[in-house]
Amino acid sequence: MPEAPIAVAMSGGVDSSTVAALLARQGHAIVGMTMQLWNQRRLPELWVEDQAPAGPGRCCSLDDVYDARRVAEQIGVPYYVVNFERQFEDQVVKPFVAEYLAGRTPIPCTLCNNYIKFDRFLEMADAVGARWMATGHYARTRYDAVSGRYQLLRAVDGSKDQTYFLFGLTQPQLARTLFPLGELTKPEVRELARSMGLAVAAKGDSQEICFVPNGDYAAFLNAYLKETGQETGHDPQAARGAIVTADGRKLGEHSGVHHFTVGQRRGLGVATGEPLYVISTDAASQQVVVGGNHQLLRGSFYAREVNWISIEGVTEPVRAEVKIRNKHAAALATLCATADAARVQVIFDDAQRAVTPGQGAVFYAGDLVLGGGWIE
Amino acid sequence: MNSVQRCYFDHNATTPLAPEALETMVTCLGQVYGNASSIHHFGQSAKQRLEQARRELASLMHASPAELVFTSGGTEADNLAVLGVARARTESKRHAITTAIEHPAVLGPCAQLEREGVAVTRVRAGSSGVVNPDDVRAALRPETVLISVMHANNELGTLQPIAEISRIAREAEVPLHVDGVQALGKIAVDVNELGVDLYSVSGHKIYAPKGAGALYVRKGTKLAPISYGGHHERDRRPGTENVPGIAALGTAADLAARSLAADGERLKALRDRLENGVLERIGGSGVNGSRWNRTPNTSNLYFDGIDGEALVIALDLRGFAVSTGSACSSGAITPSHVLTAIGLASDRARASMRFSLGRSNTADHVDALVEALEASVAHLRRISMHA
Repeated sequence: MPEAPIAVAMSGGVDSSTVAALLARQGHAIVGMTMQLWNQRRLPELWVEDQAPAGPGRCCSLDDVYDARRVAEQIGVPYYVVNFERQFEDQVVKPFVAEYLAGRTPIPCTLCNNYIKFDRFLEMADAVGARWMATGHYARTRYDAVSGRYQLLRAVDGSKDQTYFLFGLTQPQLARTLFPLGELTKPEVRELARSMGLAVAAKGDSQEICFVPNGDYAAFLNAYLKETGQETGHDPQAARGAIVTADGRKLGEHSGVHHFTVGQRRGLGVATGEPLYVISTDAASQQVVVGGNHQLLRGSFYAREVNWISIEGVTEPVRAEVKIRNKHAAALATLCATADAARVQVIFDDAQRAVTPGQGAVFYAGDLVLGGGWIE
Repeated sequence: MNSVQRCYFDHNATTPLAPEALETMVTCLGQVYGNASSIHHFGQSAKQRLEQARRELASLMHASPAELVFTSGGTEADNLAVLGVARARTESKRHAITTAIEHPAVLGPCAQLEREGVAVTRVRAGSSGVVNPDDVRAALRPETVLISVMHANNELGTLQPIAEISRIAREAEVPLHVDGVQALGKIAVDVNELGVDLYSVSGHKIYAPKGAGALYVRKGTKLAPISYGGHHERDRRPGTENVPGIAALGTAADLAARSLAADGERLKALRDRLENGVLERIGGSGVNGSRWNRTPNTSNLYFDGIDGEALVIALDLRGFAVSTGSACSSGAITPSHVLTAIGLASDRARASMRFSLGRSNTADHVDALVEALEASVAHLRRISMHA
């Protein structure tokens, strides 16, 4: 083989298709690969009449593979579908389900990035002799000679920035990863796709959690638990725990803590004078604590399993802007070391609403991603 | 990367068209356009081609031409045999016997029979990849209406003891269907010597085009149709015949009959060269299933510690076309049902690769393949140690 190729993760969407076409146009040898992660024919009760099982915006649908293959053919590069369904179920779906059942609110996309896209895919890239991998993520990387570290930076298009989901990337992963779209805006990417005549130029954006149809994660949990024989015979609609106020007043019942997430207002099924929000949930007692908006505010929290990217870690307190969910506007805070190097205390300048266990906390210094961890 | 020389080692998935079959096909496509059921000259020319092909194919299998039903391919032939024989019986209590290592084209209709209320026994195969006839005998019940056992396994190449099973079937007066898709054209097949009642054939596995196949049905075998329409193929398979494809299948059968012995010896020598090269040069490798009693062109090898899917891609990028198993199962999450059925642990099944040789392969190709395998396997093992 002449030049070591770049393995491009092609989902069949406009972003990764543009990446493949751009790199090919620049003269790089590339290998396109689509990861088959989830069989949409599983869990038939989740199929929606007019879009099952290969409806639009669903991960790993046959349509997406068709689109990716068509783009690869159009730009004349070798293309393969690689099957990671087993790994995806073990390392993304099962933890996703377990987190919900434990009363936390997980982000499967980060797990998928950590354990599938930048791990299994990179291994497959290695296997076919590719030195680099490229994806359609909106993020930037660069090597910093002073610190000797690979850095991760926010995308130029702030509205599309995906660094929140990439906080788990390790130095060896970053060293081999290309994000060609990090310097571009989404409209520019669509225009590029159009100008290169890519058939997917006008295709819609994918939805947030690719394997959960219509974002109905509770229905997914019920169907998955039933299929895998983990359902304990419990009627998913039957009462399972109490909805209480902080001072212990019982306001109603609910069918499982996995239906609730911190900060949630709708769907509580209890009516009082003032608007009520979920303040916390407890899986062991199946208790959902609700209260007023002001009770959602937290001045500090701990983040565990922190992965440091642009810095080696914190010993002295470090100032940072901290994002506690994808759509959160980063808030000023101080990161304080604990006895465990992978655990930090985050102290906000101003208390923040709905700090949600299970979500990621990502630390920024301007555009630079310092690192990130999981909210305890 | 597009300039690499390509070598094809996946003849069990499909074969290239023989030049002679291509010529027949082009002639028919261009000139023999009549409907074989029509009375006039054009129809008669088509009918002549059809019947010539029937004689040619019958001669390859030592059958009588009238016992052949042309189909769209091996899958349709298997469906017609399994569903057609079982549905020809009207008893409320019915039972069928097949094996755990059949192709999906047999396992699929057997699963359909179960949905229709027919009990199905799937006989296991030992680690050799060969079914024990005693297990078939033991599975017999008074209400058994069909036994279906493949001749050569598509993934391992192992030959099943059809003659012995047919004696058991005869004794029990149960019709025996044999999926011969991977055997015909590779080894000598004589339906009378084997004693089978039905035998499935696929054109594109014997250098004929896709879209043509046949089912041998011994005279007197009760068979219900599985599709309905005109009176073609003695009321067994309605639909205007695919004359160009079937005529090319006839030509390919004629070629196979003439070159069978020589091809078999040459391919066996090449296959053994491949296996000996691999076993000598690559540690932690071995042959899956019996090394004896196989079709001469097929080799199923494992390379411990590697991922078969990655090896297929790595080899393709070097110009070598191989497969992890049945093309009809590729993309599946579970390892090959055949390798699992013969007792391979899932890690070893995932580390296995099928090489199937054919007419175009040469000793140079084989040596180049062994070299590419040695390099790719070493590379893959190096990475998985780091991972």
